[in-house]
Order: sequence, then structure tokens, then C-alpha cells
Amino acid sequence: MSIKTAFQKDKLMHLGKTLRYSTYLIFRPFDGFWDLTHEKRGSMGAANVILALVVLTQVWQWTYSGFLFYSPQWEYFNLFMQVLPFVVLFLIWCIANWSLTTLMDGKGKLSQIYMATAYAMTPYVLINIPLIGLSHLITWEENAYYYVAKNFSMIWCVILILCAMMMIHDYTLGKAIFSSLVTIVAMMIIIFLIVMFFSLITQSFGYFISLYKEITFRLY
Amino acid sequence: MKRKSKVLAGLLLLITALTPVVSVSADASFYTYNYDVYDVELPSPDAYTAQDLLLGTYLGIGDFRNPKGLFVRGETIYVVDTGNNRIVVADKNFNLIDEITSVNLDGEESTFLNPQDIFVAENGDLYICDTDNNRVLHTDKNKNVIKVYTKPNDENFSADQTFIPLKAVADNTGRLYLLAGNVNKGFLEFDKDGGFTGYVGANKVKASFFQVIQKRLMTKEQRARMILFVPTEYSNLAIDQENFLYATTTTFTPGDLANNPDRVNPIRKINSLGDDVLVKNGYYHPIGDMQWGSGGDIVGPSRLEDITALDNDTYFALDRVRGRIFGYDFQGNMLYAFGGVGNKMGYFQYPVAIDHMGTDLLVLDNRAGSVTRFTLTEYGRLINDGLADYKVGRYEESAESFRKVLELNGNYDLAYIGIGRALLRQGEYDEAMKYFKSKRDWDSYSKAFQQYRKQWVEANIEYLIAGFFVIILLPKVVKGVRKLTKGGAQK
Repeated sequence: MSIKTAFQKDKLMHLGKTLRYSTYLIFRPFDGFWDLTHEKRGSMGAANVILALVVLTQVWQWTYSGFLFYSPQWEYFNLFMQVLPFVVLFLIWCIANWSLTTLMDGKGKLSQIYMATAYAMTPYVLINIPLIGLSHLITWEENAYYYVAKNFSMIWCVILILCAMMMIHDYTLGKAIFSSLVTIVAMMIIIFLIVMFFSLITQSFGYFISLYKEITFRLY
Repeated sequence: MKRKSKVLAGLLLLITALTPVVSVSADASFYTYNYDVYDVELPSPDAYTAQDLLLGTYLGIGDFRNPKGLFVRGETIYVVDTGNNRIVVADKNFNLIDEITSVNLDGEESTFLNPQDIFVAENGDLYICDTDNNRVLHTDKNKNVIKVYTKPNDENFSADQTFIPLKAVADNTGRLYLLAGNVNKGFLEFDKDGGFTGYVGANKVKASFFQVIQKRLMTKEQRARMILFVPTEYSNLAIDQENFLYATTTTFTPGDLANNPDRVNPIRKINSLGDDVLVKNGYYHPIGDMQWGSGGDIVGPSRLEDITALDNDTYFALDRVRGRIFGYDFQGNMLYAFGGVGNKMGYFQYPVAIDHMGTDLLVLDNRAGSVTRFTLTEYGRLINDGLADYKVGRYEESAESFRKVLELNGNYDLAYIGIGRALLRQGEYDEAMKYFKSKRDWDSYSKAFQQYRKQWVEANIEYLIAGFFVIILLPKVVKGVRKLTKGGAQK
């Protein structure tokens, strides 16, 4: 075995180990998130894999769920637009959280926020993928099972994110909740700025285009 | 050769000149449509076609002036010619039978003043809303007055209010239901002796959360100045063969209808307790048009002016905004919509009343002063057959009718669902699920799926149990075998 393949194998083993760590983390969030960053138990690679899995779960939900629970109108369906909001919101969350917590004595770095939030999404994947199968087995009258499980996965994720905030920034619970709420406000401001930026850009482009047209009309 | 072709060309020209330009029948240019599950308007073959037109001049008694009421009993048509203070009676072929201008009240001839509606009981008794004389006349078939209903002397009817009877129906026990102007508590109900017994079908007033808070914060004077929450004023009513009242209302804002069609309920079926019991199992609530695209001054939702309930429990509502007729089945599914505003036969200028004669529909146009008769086409008849067969439990025949409907209109969602329902009742759940899925009928799909799942589990119960045991026992067996082999190795 060459050194290169051994190195790759080692890397892969590390990824597998850090990925498996997520299943430990979701049941023991306080220890888990502390060790994740401070003891280097997690890796960016694993965080990216989890994020990719969340996106894939959403895609699979639309494409493979039972008719009763997901019945999109395929003619007008854009899968990209279905998953894009999640990715964008996730990135904005990380940036907003980082910019706020640096002002609020947060200890976490941007990479740590990214990694911890991604790890906190694990229950969403673990619960929602089996639910795709379940949606083929239950009738609409039994939809409570489906939606209880689904909402449970969301609540779990939220709790994990709060734990992650506490551990990586060294916050108390109250401060973690407060900083998360302020982060959401900051996310809205960022989105507002993005939208405004784009609308201004389009308008200024329109202005220059009309200017160009006007000039060509005058000259020819 | 050249000459020959010239002759040929001339001949062709002659033929084209002689043959009538494409025989456009009334039905070919008539627009019938339906909405699919996504509220997309889909054109369909005609279910009803305009057959006949009745004008006052055709009867030789002068044009109708501002006619407001139309009623059909058996094969007799009653047109309330409001502007001429008369009631015109015609038979089904539009021949004049009678022209009622007065009734015999205590030995004297009593004339009408702007009568607005008439109801004819099964025994031939007439109930005439003599609106501007503030009375309802109940006469026998020879026009001798039996009873006069006037302003009820009741504490529920305020003394300074005038009695303006607009529409009347009576059930077969002789109870009279009256729609009166300026009354917003529902319909007035009179017993068969003429006594006022109360209101029926009043809207329950529900103040929203914000209205309650607003009221709390207001002073007494402000509250008094505020407009009262006025419950619905109805626009018309009809009675079906089982004595259910069908009522329409037009007092709502477009936003209300768009956001809570459940609270607005433009069409209601009122039982004897005054509750709305209309079945709404369709893709959407029966509110008329789903798309309100505006054309000129025609904007907003349908305003349903009148309604009629057929003997097969389908009902037809008349929209005065776009001049359209909406047919619904007993489950609240829209069957088809047709009509429109225009001058062609089958179109209206200002339709105000609709009634039925068997399966024929008659529509009164107030501005044109005409009555149009619509008759069922083959397509409409097949839909009716399918519904009727399903209702009495002949599912095979029902599916057969709907299959024929599909041959005429492949876009007819109800036909697919109808076939699916028939299959469901016959126990072919797998097939039924396919039909429901294709037309997005989630409820029926769920029902079919439940049965299908039950059937499948029953058929495969032994495999399921076996699989269950394998899953439970396999790890233990593997463990045991490992232990044995390990133990063996140690020995």
C-alpha cells in the first residue's frame, strides 16, 4: 500500500469517525458540543456531509414520499427552489450568528458555528428519512403519527442548536436563547439588505441601459 | 385542358356559394367549462344548450317589464312581470295559459303593486309576494284569497319597519318562508295558519379576535356609533323536494370569500333547525367562479342571485355578475358552468331568476325581459346518469356512464373520481387508487388505500409474522453461534 492511499484511507476513517460522532452528540448535547470543538471530535468534512444529507432528505421527501403526504404539481415544480431556502438560510444564520456573538463575548469561531449547527441538524436526517418510507404505509386518518414525528425532529434540532450555542460560545441558557433570537433579527436585516442591493443593481442597470438606448437613438 | 380547369373552378365556386356557410348551431359556439383541482378553467362539451326563448310579445300580451320572479310547478311556468303588475302563466311549449292581474279578495278584485315573486304549491295554491302592497297573498287555484300575510305583529319585528316581502316558498305542510327586505335575521317563517313563528337561517354573528379587543377599548359612544355587525341578507331562496331550503347570499366582500369561503357560504342548504347542512366535499367550496379575471366592469367573485334544486339533488346557482349558471352535485362538486353576458341566445343581460322543469333549466333575464330554456345534452345526461346510479348503489352502471363521459370529455375530473368510487365500492382498491391519484382526490385515495393495505396484510400475514420473528431472533441466533464457535475455539 502506497503512502498516498494509506493517507486517503486514514482521512476516510477520520471522516467516518467524526460522522459517527454525530449520533453520540444528539443524545448528549452538552458533552457532545463541548468535545466537538474543544476536543476536535468533529470535522468540517462531516459537517458538510450532514448538510448535504439534509438537502438530500428534502429532495427525497418530495420525490419519494407517498401520494398522501407530498403530491407536488410536477409541471410547475422546481426542486432547486425547494432546497435553496434551506441552504441560504443556513449560511446567513452562520454569518449573522458569528457577527453578533463576536460582539456578545461569544467564544466560537465562524468555522465552529458552522460545524456545530450542521451537527445539530442530524436528527432531521435520522427521523425524516424513515418517515419517507412510513408515508407509504399510513393513511390520511393516521397522519398524526407522521406529523408528530416530523415536528419532533424539528424541535430536537432547535434544542440542539441552543445547546450548541451554549457550548461553543460559553453562554448560559438565557443568553443562548437571547442571542439566537437576535440572530434571527439580524438574518432578516441581512436578507433585506440583499434584496435591496439586488433591486438597486437592477434599477441602476436599467438606468444605464436606457441611457445607452437614448444615446443610440440620438446619434443614428 | 385550361378550359376544363376553368369550368371546374367555376363549379367549385358555385358549390361553395350554394352550400350554407358552416352550420353554426347554438351549442357549437356555447362555452361550458369546469375547474380542475388547481382551479384551472377547462373547457368542456356542452351539458346544457339553449333551446327556446320566451318573450312577452311572443305570447301576444306585450313585452315583460322588469320581470323579477320565475317559478315552475309541474309543466307550468309562472313569470312575475313586476313592471306590468301581472303574473304570466305559460305551458312548457311557451303557450299562454293565463294572465293573472288580480285576485279575488273578499268578493272584490284586488290588483297587485310591483309583485316580485310567486310560489305555487303542489295542490295549485298560489303564494304571491305583492311587494309594494306589503302583503303576501295566499290564494287557491281559482285565485280566491285564502289568507293574507301582512306585517307580523311580533316583538321580533320592529314596529317602525315596513314589511317588504321579496321572495316566498312554502313547504308541503303549508309553512311559508319569506325573504323580506331590510330584514337581516334570516327568513321569516309563518305557520300554516298565517302566524309568525320566528326567523330561520340567521347567520351566527362571530366577532373576530381583533373586533373583540377593539370593542373593549372603545368608549360607549364610539361603540354606539360603530356600524352594527349585520348578519347576512339573503338574495334568494328555493325549496327542494325534501323541504330543505336552498339559499343564496351576495353580501360579502371579495376578500372574505377568498380567505374564508367556509364562513361566507354563498350557497346554503338550510334544514328545519336553521342550520346550514350543505355538503362540501368538492375540491373547493361551491362559490361560483374560482377565477375572477376581470373584463371591463365585470370584476370580483360571482354574486349568486338565485338557485334551484333539482329532484336528483343537483343544484344550479345563477350568477348575475357574469351571467353564468353553475351546476353542483349532491357532494358539492362543480359539474359544469355555462352561460355568460351577451345578446346571443343562451347568454343574458341581467339574469335574476332560475328554475327547473324536470331536468330543463329556465332562466329569467330581467333586462331583456325573456325566459330562456336550456335542455340537457347527451353529455349532461350521462353525468346525471352516473351520479344517479352511484347514489342508489348501482356502481357498475355508474362507472359505465362515467366511462362514456370520458369519451366525450377526457378532462372531466369528476368522471375519473366517479369511476374510482365505483371501483372502490366493488373492492378493486388498487385500480381505484390509480384513478384517485390521477385526479388528486386525497380523501378517497386514503379510503381506498386503507382497504388495500388491509387486504394486503391479510394476504401476506404469514410472511409478515415470519419476517418479524426473523428480525427479533436473528441477532440472538448470530450471538449464540458466535459464542459457541468462540467457546469451541477456546476449548
